[in-house]
Amino acid sequence: MTQGPPAAAPPPPGDVADPDDPEPLADAPPADLQRAQAARLIDVWKNPRGWRYWSAVNNSEIGIWYTAMSFVFFLFAGVLALVMRLQLATPENDLVSAETYNQVFTVHGSVMMFLFAIPIFEAIAVTLMPQMLGARDLPFPRLAAFGFWCFVIGGVFLCGAIFFDAAPRGGWFMYPPLTSHYQPGIGADIWLLGFSFIEIAAIAAAVELIVGALKCRPPGMRIHLIPLYVWYALVAAVMVVFAFPPLIAGSMLLELERAFDWPFFDPTRGGDPLLWQHLFWLFGHPEVYIIFLPSTALVAMIVPTFARKPMVGYSWVVLAAIGTGFLSFGLWVHHMYVTGLPGISLGLFSAASTAVAIPTGIQFLCFIATMLVGRVKRSVPMLWVLGGFAIFVLGGLTGVMVAIAPFDFQAHDTFFIVGHLHFVLIGGAIFPIIAGLYYYFPMYRGKQLSSRLGTIAFWLAFVGFNVAFLPMHLTGMRGMPRRVFTYPAGAGLDQLNLISTIGAFILGLGIAVVLWDVVRPKKRQPDAERNPWGAGTLEWVQEMPGKPWGIRSIPEIDGRYPIWDQPNLIRDIDEGRFYLPDAEEGLRETLVTTVIDARPTHCQRLPGNSFLPLAGAVTLGGFFVFGTFHVWWLALASAAAALGVFLYWLWTGTALRPEKEEKDVGLGLTLPLYVSGPRSIGWWGMCITMLADMTAYVCLVFGYFFFWTVHDDFPPEPSPGPGVVWPVLGGLLVLAAWALTLLARRWNRRDHAGRFHAALAGAIACALAGGLALLAGPWTTGLDPAAHVYPATVWVLVVWTVVHVAVGAIMQLYCIARRIAGRMTARHDIDVHNVALYWHFTALTAAITSAVIAGFPFVA
Amino acid sequence: VDWPRAGFAEGQAVTSRPAPRGPAIAVAIAWALASLAVAGCDGAQSALAPAGRGAARIADLFWVMTIGFAVVWTAFVGLAIYAYCGRREHGARTGRLVILVGGVVVPVIALTALLTWGLAMMPQLLPSSGATLEIEVIGHQYWWRVRYLRGEQPPVELANEIHLPVGAKVELRLESRDVIHSFWIPSLGGKVDMIPGRTTRLVLEPTRAGVYRGTCAEYCGTSHAWMSFHAVVEEPAQFERWLAAQAAPAAVPADPATAAGAEQFVANGCGACHAIRGTAADGVIGPDLTHVGSRRSLAAGALPNDTGALRRWIARTTAIKPRVHMPAFGALPDDAADALASYLAGLK
Repeated sequence: MTQGPPAAAPPPPGDVADPDDPEPLADAPPADLQRAQAARLIDVWKNPRGWRYWSAVNNSEIGIWYTAMSFVFFLFAGVLALVMRLQLATPENDLVSAETYNQVFTVHGSVMMFLFAIPIFEAIAVTLMPQMLGARDLPFPRLAAFGFWCFVIGGVFLCGAIFFDAAPRGGWFMYPPLTSHYQPGIGADIWLLGFSFIEIAAIAAAVELIVGALKCRPPGMRIHLIPLYVWYALVAAVMVVFAFPPLIAGSMLLELERAFDWPFFDPTRGGDPLLWQHLFWLFGHPEVYIIFLPSTALVAMIVPTFARKPMVGYSWVVLAAIGTGFLSFGLWVHHMYVTGLPGISLGLFSAASTAVAIPTGIQFLCFIATMLVGRVKRSVPMLWVLGGFAIFVLGGLTGVMVAIAPFDFQAHDTFFIVGHLHFVLIGGAIFPIIAGLYYYFPMYRGKQLSSRLGTIAFWLAFVGFNVAFLPMHLTGMRGMPRRVFTYPAGAGLDQLNLISTIGAFILGLGIAVVLWDVVRPKKRQPDAERNPWGAGTLEWVQEMPGKPWGIRSIPEIDGRYPIWDQPNLIRDIDEGRFYLPDAEEGLRETLVTTVIDARPTHCQRLPGNSFLPLAGAVTLGGFFVFGTFHVWWLALASAAAALGVFLYWLWTGTALRPEKEEKDVGLGLTLPLYVSGPRSIGWWGMCITMLADMTAYVCLVFGYFFFWTVHDDFPPEPSPGPGVVWPVLGGLLVLAAWALTLLARRWNRRDHAGRFHAALAGAIACALAGGLALLAGPWTTGLDPAAHVYPATVWVLVVWTVVHVAVGAIMQLYCIARRIAGRMTARHDIDVHNVALYWHFTALTAAITSAVIAGFPFVA
Repeated sequence: VDWPRAGFAEGQAVTSRPAPRGPAIAVAIAWALASLAVAGCDGAQSALAPAGRGAARIADLFWVMTIGFAVVWTAFVGLAIYAYCGRREHGARTGRLVILVGGVVVPVIALTALLTWGLAMMPQLLPSSGATLEIEVIGHQYWWRVRYLRGEQPPVELANEIHLPVGAKVELRLESRDVIHSFWIPSLGGKVDMIPGRTTRLVLEPTRAGVYRGTCAEYCGTSHAWMSFHAVVEEPAQFERWLAAQAAPAAVPADPATAAGAEQFVANGCGACHAIRGTAADGVIGPDLTHVGSRRSLAAGALPNDTGALRRWIARTTAIKPRVHMPAFGALPDDAADALASYLAGLK
């Protein structure tokens, strides 16, 4: 393992050694060195065999499991859809009972949304992005594995419930009070806890994608050269970070009401069912774009390849995607047009909802312009892309119709909406994803899918889809509400429903053909050639089938379509003429670069295969599963076990001190192996996670002010608030803990070990005292959370804050232990940096909680 | 389910629908949608067969948008197919022009115009002053309590049926006692949710006499599908007669058979939940049955209203309407059930 990388070659003749634009080595390393390098890389990156295979954490591998599992859930929910269509084929049908039907539509919608649409985005993104970014792997491979296992455990738990007649039956948007007080049993709990679990996993994957897109790009891939897919994935992942927390906060409130009778949504005790709708749709509307944007991203990769031209209007596409993402957070009220809102709100949200059509339209016109500028090669992926266009645009136009509030007064909650949303989601997501499947399949399995089967499947799916869903618009206009297990004969709905059922089965047949094409044996079929479509983007430098190392050597990028733009790129990468062509130390590594200019900053060591992510998912899953059955002691035991696993995982797998300070990564570049603070990827991961966490907290605060603005009895008279002394004292103590943590960080850097330990010990004491003081406020004033929504809201803010303070105290203890164990030093201080960052957010949380619960009763 | 459900006006049969055979036949889809719509506008529950001012305005909006967007869709898909099939490579300028005109200029103009028109219509659709009739409707799982407010006089209560005079401006005050429901008579106007803890309002202005069907549009539990009602729009004089009749106490049993039914009503404790004005029965949990025999359906649109259906309903409530809150009186002897049914059917 002493074999070093080749000595830096002299700059190629004629090159004035521009340090910003290095060229690959002019001469290939000797053949035997190349072979040795490749062998070492393979050895480091290969997946384990046998039962240990499931400890793999490589994103390219996890991504394939993730994609396959998402498709399994897709097929399951699709079968449920066919059950529904059979039930509705004829009026007053009794194929399934009302109870079963209500479970079926709830599970169909929920699974398609939470177990297919979101996971498939993250699955495809973690699979493709390392290749697109020329990275060995994304920054947090174990986190991705953890996310995958959470998804599997939560998903199986949710889907399994329907076989025990215990599935949720509140509809996928779970409106209380139906779901809070009128549906006993564990169905709603399964939904609330199971999906919260999966949402946490989804946020974890989003953190991975954001940090990957921002920090793990190849040198030279400046911000204006990022592949469009990565832009879209970045936008969608940022949206996940801000869109999922409202739902997690809402689910927490609803579960608190179900489990402990805290009356957040009960109007008889000051609660309000509309708070749920606000929180749900604050998630639910961006969700639609989180599904749509990454699928469109696939189109943005496919179209230039077959048009043989770079994307026309690259900047337009990027800005439109960002604009769509932003706007989508301002539209949620259009799901609530018929809740009796004042005209001014209706007008504003109608305008915003209509406006979002413009950036969406721009993206599609850029694709068409690219096709016009080029000469399009006919292919199966393009067929699915075009079919998706035709379907999605119709869905978009009916979307504009329902965005106009007066029309929505009729269309809302009818089959018109069912038709509309399936046009948007199937045209905007399923068709592009199948296009992507046909396009990218060779990259992962080395074989082409059949263009004959692909074409047959397309026509079945396209015709079947339209036959199924086009008539639904009319069914809705004729007065058929959604979510009905049957409908009366002779009301003008019979034939339309029968047609829809026939179409649904044709569509199902089309999907079955795709499935067969994927799973059919391909042993005798020759391997696909390398870059079979003649694409220009970096992911296609892969060999067929690909190697586990992500990329042989990390190239310097000069354009948006490097294979087209940079001559000999594939050869140079293969021969190891670029960065990191070797794995001398036998460790997984990738380059980390700056956000804007993609200049290399350091070489990041990545963790290897491990069962820890699986153990973490199982123990954390135990908390949610036992919580569902209200077996609280087992739930708490599971949570404690999860904490143990996470601590072990962090202790053994993160912020490891390298054996040397710097490493020669090739092309004459030497990079540090350890950086801390804002330059480290861990800091970015923590920062993004805490933004999501803060968003959930802001939603709880929003709840407080929502109740205050809408209801006269908040706080109720005479106000039994939590007092001033305890909350203020608690807030001040937490701020002191924060200040001491910052001091500890400084003293660690100056290598004052004694002061460092003292500061952290003081911080822990302040944190514990502060947490207790915060709890003392509502406790000593006798606020009963089950009596009224006001005490419940105060309690929820306090408990949220105290849990964060407690976790913060554990982190401070962890830092002390790391320093004592010598795993953290004055130079190697990632841990204390990240803990200080956590405490910035916790201090802010405590300050807001303290000010709101103590100060607000005076204003109100 | 082998019993006939409450009858509704027949929609026109739709006999055929050409399946789209590819993007080239783009127009066919729009045409099929339009022809289907024209073929079936006269259902009793159709938003496209308006019988009220609100519904008529929204139907206009629907048709204008449908036709306009069919054109937009055809243009877009046509352009996409041309771009896909065209063998000529256009210049970059053409590309940018397409983005600018198709993606920015045209949508901004079209959407601004649409939004202006659509929003201008809103004041007439939202609750406003000047209603000549006020009705309170309260949603329950899975039925509707209806109360005609008459100023100083006590309100007139009934269930699962609403009568409205032609040409009046009617304000509905909507509440719920349990979960969220949504009150919707497609032929007369848009829907408004009924939210526990709040009172929402809806204004309807019926313009054409007839019997229409209303339904709950927000999923409200197991039997959401069978939470409907009839809306009868009639001439003002006829409406006044109807309201006066509804305000009157219940008919006194005229023959021994119905008198026996009245006794059964008392003996089985029906009065604990149901009120029959003029008798001792004053329950408030279930629908008021004072004039149940005069209504067009039973069990919120689940059954037609006749003696046979009444008998089946009393004996098999939860089988007919899953999870309905009224218990089934399946153990009632035949003669008692017959008497009870004919008594109730006689409460015209």
